[in-house]
Amino acid sequence: MTLKTTRRPVSGYRVQEFVNRAMIYLTLSLVTLIVVIPLVWMFSTSFKLKSQLFTKEIYWIPKQITLENYEKILNNPSTPIGRWFMNSLFVASVTTVLKLVIDSLAGYAYARMDFPGRKQIFGLLIATLFLPGVMFLVPNFVTVAKLGMLNKFSGVIIPALASVFGVYFMRQFFESLPKELEEAAEIDGANRLQIFFQIALPLSKPALATLAVIEFLASWNDFLWALLVLKDRAVQTLQPGLRTLQGAYTSEYGLMMAGAVIVAVPVLVLYIFLQRFIVQSVATTGLKG
Amino acid sequence: MSVAFARKRRISITPYLFILPHLIFFAVFVGYPFFSGLYISFFQYDYLRPEATVFVGLQNYLDLFHAGSVKFIEFWNSVRVTVTFVIWSVPFLVLIPLGLAVLLNSKLKGMKFFRAVFFSPWVLSCAVISLIWWWIFQSQGGLLNYYLKLWGFDTPRWLSTMPYAMISIVVATVWWTMGYNMVIFLAALQDIPTDLYEAAEVDGANAWQRFTRITLPLLQPVLVFIIITTIIASFNLLGQPMMMTRGAPAQPTGGGATEPVMLRIFTEGFVRPFQGSAAAMSVVVALMMMAFSFVNFRLFRQRD
Repeated sequence: MTLKTTRRPVSGYRVQEFVNRAMIYLTLSLVTLIVVIPLVWMFSTSFKLKSQLFTKEIYWIPKQITLENYEKILNNPSTPIGRWFMNSLFVASVTTVLKLVIDSLAGYAYARMDFPGRKQIFGLLIATLFLPGVMFLVPNFVTVAKLGMLNKFSGVIIPALASVFGVYFMRQFFESLPKELEEAAEIDGANRLQIFFQIALPLSKPALATLAVIEFLASWNDFLWALLVLKDRAVQTLQPGLRTLQGAYTSEYGLMMAGAVIVAVPVLVLYIFLQRFIVQSVATTGLKG
Repeated sequence: MSVAFARKRRISITPYLFILPHLIFFAVFVGYPFFSGLYISFFQYDYLRPEATVFVGLQNYLDLFHAGSVKFIEFWNSVRVTVTFVIWSVPFLVLIPLGLAVLLNSKLKGMKFFRAVFFSPWVLSCAVISLIWWWIFQSQGGLLNYYLKLWGFDTPRWLSTMPYAMISIVVATVWWTMGYNMVIFLAALQDIPTDLYEAAEVDGANAWQRFTRITLPLLQPVLVFIIITTIIASFNLLGQPMMMTRGAPAQPTGGGATEPVMLRIFTEGFVRPFQGSAAAMSVVVALMMMAFSFVNFRLFRQRD
């Protein structure tokens, strides 16, 4: 190992190394700029008066910082973005909690319990993961309409509970747990329900947290299904709400960017605090799922 | 011993109670629509007027394959648009993240910071990123044309002329989702044992040789996985054209130059009252996607 490196002139090697590093940092900084600029532009525009949007020269920091855009969209009854925000929060929270309960129960059964049909049913669930989502769009919409769930939060929450991902995710986690604790509890006379709630569930906090973040993000960001089911402005969520906003104002980009900021900030804050955690969960679930 | 034996003989209902809540929702919203989607596609169906439902047999399908009809032109135009988008976007969505992941894997300082920044757009919603890029690409007041003009370049009408409208959508999509593939690539790269690289370096392999002889072969399964999932994800394109270009510009022959199949199905079934026809389109698109996945699966398997 030392043979080859000592043969090279040391100073040349160092220069080469330095140039390499400089190139890497330069490239990464450039990409950082490309990633950040649109976000900065969104914030910047949201604090600008309309008269400052089409000026000859662009000001990254508005000449006159105004909250007018925010006041306007928050107070316009035809685009009730405050209400949409609460709707989104409600839908995403309820969906996440229900999914955690339902999916951990099912995941635990598929991982730990022995019952006739287990392999077949679980195999069927997994097989549907490979079906294109487009197949379900029209028929599920018709089902939701028939069940009277159009324009109701249940119309977005309940179909989401059918998803197989969480069940698969929780099953994988429970299978990775050592069995000994549960077996010990069984010998002590605990029943399945007690074992699940008192032993397995407390052990699965990290998995539940990961699933909660993934499902909350997915629900908060859901666009198409919410657009189809929640048509009335009063029950809309933020994502289709942004489209309503886009249609309601012409060339009022300051207003629209204020709307985008209101929708983006919660997830960006969530991301800043849970960044490692979110990236990690994508890296692992992305590879598996 | 005897206890365990007794339990094995009697089928317990407890496990079924555990899986039942999920299974009910699964049956109604995954199992049932698998068949009802096909069923609806044989009808002229409008959910607002279920009483006006008419059985039309294969008519919805025949329309899609009747060369020259409006439905035929609009549908196959949207298929072509989707395939074009896949071809334009997937190379960037694979190569850029791969390149970034290789750089981030260099074990220099600050790489976690860059990883966090590059991934960040992915947590935003489709509506947010579409709105931001729609504003950036505007001809009036748009950021991009401002700088293009400043530096003496042409200032095309990005959102309403071709090929710029498609380029706009590709740019927005790459910016939005590149971090996702990057993170998966990076995780795979970090699994490659570093002593392989050290050994190659000792043998005098340069960076490019190390990349093509060690990294790429070991990365191959992940690479195939990413290519396939990215193609499928790109096939589902909807929000960006819906909010950035509205499918524009119109094609002289019919349909929009940036109107992908998902947008076509959305328009047919939820803007116009033709759920039956939209269901038929969905079935045809789903079959195409499944055929694609199947072919890939076979190719992938033979390699192993």
